[in-house]
Amino acid sequence: MPRANISRRSLLKTTGLATAGVLSAPYVRHSYAAGKLALGVWDHWVPGANNTLTRLCNEWGEKNKVEVTIDYITSQGDKDLLTASAEAQARAGHDIMSHRAWQIQVHRAVLEPLDDVVNALIAKAGPISPVSEYLARADGKWFGLPTTVGSQVKPCCSRLDLYKQHCGIDLTAIFPPNPNRDPKLVDSWNWDLYLKSAEQLFKAGVPVGLPMGQTSDAIDSTGAMFRAFGSVMVDEKDNIKVDSNETRAALEYFKKLMPFNPPEVYAWDDAGNNRWLISGKGAGIMNPPSAWAVAKRDNPKVAEQCWTHDMPRGPAGRFVGQLPFFYGLWSFSQNKPAGKALLQFLSEKDQSRQLVEASVGYDLPSFKSYYDFETWKTVEPPPGTVYNYPPRGDEQPSITGYPARPDVAAQIYNQSIHTIMVAKVCQGSEPIDKVIAWAKGELEGLLRA
Amino acid sequence: MVDLARHYPIGRGEASGQGARAGATLQLWLRRRSTIAVLMCLPLIVIVAGLIVYPALYSIYLSMLNKAQTRFVGLDNFSYLLRRDTFWMVVEQSAIFALSAVFFKALIGLVTAHLVNNLPSKGQRKWRGMLLVPWVIPLALSTLGWWWLFDPTHSAFNWLIQGVGGNDIPWLSNPYWARFSVILVNVWYGAPFFLIMYLAALKSVPEQLYEAAQIDGANAWQRFRHITLPMMRNIIAITVLFSLIVTFANFDIVQIMTAGGPRNMTHVFATYAFLLGIRSGDLPLGAAVSLFMLPILAVSAMFILRGVRKRGREIG
Repeated sequence: MPRANISRRSLLKTTGLATAGVLSAPYVRHSYAAGKLALGVWDHWVPGANNTLTRLCNEWGEKNKVEVTIDYITSQGDKDLLTASAEAQARAGHDIMSHRAWQIQVHRAVLEPLDDVVNALIAKAGPISPVSEYLARADGKWFGLPTTVGSQVKPCCSRLDLYKQHCGIDLTAIFPPNPNRDPKLVDSWNWDLYLKSAEQLFKAGVPVGLPMGQTSDAIDSTGAMFRAFGSVMVDEKDNIKVDSNETRAALEYFKKLMPFNPPEVYAWDDAGNNRWLISGKGAGIMNPPSAWAVAKRDNPKVAEQCWTHDMPRGPAGRFVGQLPFFYGLWSFSQNKPAGKALLQFLSEKDQSRQLVEASVGYDLPSFKSYYDFETWKTVEPPPGTVYNYPPRGDEQPSITGYPARPDVAAQIYNQSIHTIMVAKVCQGSEPIDKVIAWAKGELEGLLRA
Repeated sequence: MVDLARHYPIGRGEASGQGARAGATLQLWLRRRSTIAVLMCLPLIVIVAGLIVYPALYSIYLSMLNKAQTRFVGLDNFSYLLRRDTFWMVVEQSAIFALSAVFFKALIGLVTAHLVNNLPSKGQRKWRGMLLVPWVIPLALSTLGWWWLFDPTHSAFNWLIQGVGGNDIPWLSNPYWARFSVILVNVWYGAPFFLIMYLAALKSVPEQLYEAAQIDGANAWQRFRHITLPMMRNIIAITVLFSLIVTFANFDIVQIMTAGGPRNMTHVFATYAFLLGIRSGDLPLGAAVSLFMLPILAVSAMFILRGVRKRGREIG
């Protein structure tokens, strides 16, 4: 048998090349991937939705020889926030965690940049939601990957029968379950028409219900309304802009609108508006299709009349509150390449389709190119009820607190500056100027380093 | 002085063995009362050090960092809070919440303890057990039950009020009613603790004192004022102090029922600290808010315990 002649020089060269190859190679799905990955994921409220995510993770794990374990953590009582905070402080825990909207900015010092994953997905799926980019990108790096699971927008969910009967408005004509919208009709759906119809519905004993408490449904819809009037709290350069004609116009509008809401809206939590619609007492709320999905089970007659559609248009545009969820890979994770590969797998179109289907259309991916999923066309009753849930026309996703830098905006959002302003004016009967002065004081405090 | 060597002879019979001597020394060391006491207290010391002392010191350290926890800022977080209107509103609300809740818990506990004490001994145990129920149910669970009763849209109380022709009460949507509601739940939960403590104190008052007072012509009020109250003063003081600490630090009731709303008008220290520290991502500021409770409670503890010691010396 001939012996290979290996010189010292060729051995060093080969070894050097092999080492460089291993170190620079991206994560490849072969036996090197073996190891463990622990995920702490938001516990979905839709029955069965968690099973689809578990199945997808297990399929990926088996294929890549990675042992994947998942803990589903509820957002009830902010247990997900507490878990993430504890892990960030202890520098130990899961490898991947779900983070709600602002939490990527909160934990970004201990999160692994995910540029390679996000950029690969953008190259494949096209542009990502600007709200997701605003929340997950800092110093030119992506610290979070927008998830399909849990991400949502909060457009109008209205009762077709009540709007037709008491206001003469056919919402299916304005927002049909297909791409053929009449721009004139869509334009007519503005905040003036909303106010007029709110008054008519209130007089008919079936008012709309806009939550005005200090939880996310209230904050998201109220923030979108302020933005539709052009009101900004703090701009990108830390200038306080709350004292403006736009803010005054928004507050004047709320002064007219809130008396046509039930008085208990100031105490509603995120389930308050859902219960209001499901009970049949209300004509409309601003929410993802969760209220409709629960009505389908608990009060089918109400569900048959629910129609999810765009928000009204204001002087500065048509805005809808968006609340994206993210996956973050901890910088102290022991299996980062595998974590990145799993995140990329879960965010691809086919997996997103399955996740959207499992959530009955509640979950909304951050890629606009994913808005063609069949689920939103097919779920019923009535047929096409959530077709307009993903923003399809001139509706722009927005998050309360934008355009302030995210760590300031996070505080504007979480300290409910917008809804407290409305409540002070409309419930507390405080003068608008006094309320703006209060907000200014709070914002000055939030800008501290 | 006790001659330990005489009481516990060491190494007798095998005095030459080094190992035996060491074993005997260990035995002697273990037989010392102070050693055993330390060993038996060790688990508690570890728990207190790990779960109370360390977190307390860590929160003091945390409260002196900037928002990103990258820079030492001294007392800046505290001085920042002192300049905020919302923080002063939280201070005011915490004081209203704690003082009124403790007052009503003490009052209800005192009255109920007297009523139970005067019940025939045959049925007294059943009443004692029933009255303790609110205190033994996990607070988060019972508060959820109360929340359903106060539900903004489908309140069971309002359903009853409507049934007798009354108008709905905005239990949680009006800030003042919301304050009342959270205090009410705290009183409901905490009054049984006062009841059981006061009942124990009442049972320890010698019956002969009442008999002597009755012979001297004292009426019920005079017996209460000149015998019962002085005999219970220390228990009342300790109970009030303990309850004040627990009520000031309350989190569950406000968080579950109102989450601090409407208009931030039901926040107490703990819920406001949670809002700033966990929800808004400013842990140092959240830690600073929670530490504001410390001087308030320390001062009240000092005064109350000084009174207890003084009375103790008088009795001694």
